Amino acid sequence: MVKKKILITGNEALAEGAIQAGCLFYAGYPITPQNELIACMSKRMIEMGRVFIQAESELAAINMVYGASAAGARSMTSSSSPGVSLKQEGISYLAGAELPCVIVNIMRGGPGLGNIAPAQSDYFQATRGGGHGDYRCIVLSPSSVQEAYEHMFKAFDLADKYHIPVIVLGDGMLGQMMEPLIIKPTNHESQTKNQKPWALTGCKGRKPNVVKSFFMAEGDLEKFNLKLQDKYREIENKEARYEGLFLDQAQELIMVAYGSMARIAKQALLNLRDKKLKAGFIRPITLWPFPKEIFGQVVRKNPKVKFLVLEMSYGQMVEDVKLAVNGRAVVEFLGRSGGGILSEDEIIKYAKSI
Amino acid sequence: MQKVFSRPQALKDKQTHYCPGCGHGIAHRLVAEAVDELGIREEVIGIAPVGCSVIAYDYWNFDCSEAAHGRALAVATAIKRLKPQNIVFTYQGDGDLAAIGTAETIHTANRGENLTVIFINNAVYGMTGGQMAPTTMLGQKTATTVKGRDPTLHGYPLKISELLASLPSVKYIERVSLHNPQEVNKAKKAIKQAFQNQIEGVGFSLVEVLSSCPTYWDMPPVKALDWMKEVMTKEFPLGRIK
Repeated sequence: MVKKKILITGNEALAEGAIQAGCLFYAGYPITPQNELIACMSKRMIEMGRVFIQAESELAAINMVYGASAAGARSMTSSSSPGVSLKQEGISYLAGAELPCVIVNIMRGGPGLGNIAPAQSDYFQATRGGGHGDYRCIVLSPSSVQEAYEHMFKAFDLADKYHIPVIVLGDGMLGQMMEPLIIKPTNHESQTKNQKPWALTGCKGRKPNVVKSFFMAEGDLEKFNLKLQDKYREIENKEARYEGLFLDQAQELIMVAYGSMARIAKQALLNLRDKKLKAGFIRPITLWPFPKEIFGQVVRKNPKVKFLVLEMSYGQMVEDVKLAVNGRAVVEFLGRSGGGILSEDEIIKYAKSI
Repeated sequence: MQKVFSRPQALKDKQTHYCPGCGHGIAHRLVAEAVDELGIREEVIGIAPVGCSVIAYDYWNFDCSEAAHGRALAVATAIKRLKPQNIVFTYQGDGDLAAIGTAETIHTANRGENLTVIFINNAVYGMTGGQMAPTTMLGQKTATTVKGRDPTLHGYPLKISELLASLPSVKYIERVSLHNPQEVNKAKKAIKQAFQNQIEGVGFSLVEVLSSCPTYWDMPPVKALDWMKEVMTKEFPLGRIK
């Protein structure tokens, strides 16, 4: 692959990232504000001789992904909030059958049909399961078009490594905005490296494979759930990622934000630092596993530090921050959702008041 | 002495969990015989439904996947598109295929996916305890139609095979029954044809198999077979639909 620089929307960057990461199967259903993604996939997947299906519903799309993954292919779907709600049953089955896949959610306002403005109000749904049962999905949150592209490689690699659904959680702003994207050769694990001896290929030369999430015999489901929990602990120990700024010294205030919100928060932070406020910044990149450790480290540097969590919701990630801080410091929250997005000025004004 | 009848290779040597007089055991065997006779056991991928036959993969001796209730044809579509050389089929009950999965059924058929569908119609929900199915007969008493199915409240038995036959992309539909040995032989022939069609790339093929549920029809097994012949086949006429 030759290195090149192009101007592209976040949705298209996600699609192109998936293509380059070796996605062999895409099924989706139109919904704003992620339509550029499905449109781009319909063109690119066919060009590449891969499978693209516009499904009759989100339910069909996620269950097609289940089938594609059971057949051993790198597979994905994408949608926006109301559509992702419809996929939850399928995501629970994918988690239960330990099938790797990637699900992109370009969030919009809710609840219900809500509106098509950017929002971050599906954080609970993405990080707490959403569907039934004790399961987790790895959740990645890109905050730029470049990261949207690069996260797709990471998403497919993690999905294959841990046999787990991976959610790439963006919002309408990231999906719709255009930024320069540098396409460069990456050294991600190629899909050929991932042997899938459990996949359904026909039982020639081996015993039949069965892909399922059903455990009726007494004790079997509990045993399976404990195995899943072991896997989730391993992921929590190894895969938590964040971007930190000015965390090497003791600070009075730490802003915490992810995704598009983090772009605005970072500008506010730099502005406040120009005004001599001692402030740092944490941007969780993996929302599950949540990067808990860094919060403890920050509190140890200054026990009187205050955290300010900024979200395009009415307070979802703030609960994870509070769990990570565990009562050792003050956690403040500021958020807007349903069409409104916090401005740099609003953030600065609020930060000065606490 | 020459052995003239034995268990198909595509069927495991395992006791099933089905009730006495249930049709699933026969239908599983017919699928296995067809798979053996066509020599496709190592290429077949079966999709089991949610319903009484949820663990069909414990009885068949080839690759299988579970599917969420009603979504077997979405799962099958993806597998067949990725692996056109494999022979992919779904095995679904009336609730799975004609109630909760109606959208998947119609749209998979309308896309003309080259798949084989074995549709078991026993006019009732078995695994959950005998509730009304979309194919329950008028007047039939179930756990959720205690006075019998009333068309003004519950609608009429859904003839999904006839509905599907109206789609240009559907290539083969036949309704068969398991109420006596002659009809079982015809069922076997239809099931084999539906697999043969996929091998030849003909397109979407479905066999509707009328099957008995003595437990939730509240009848002894022999009476259940009579009821199939006298009542069910009147509402669901046998033979080639398309």
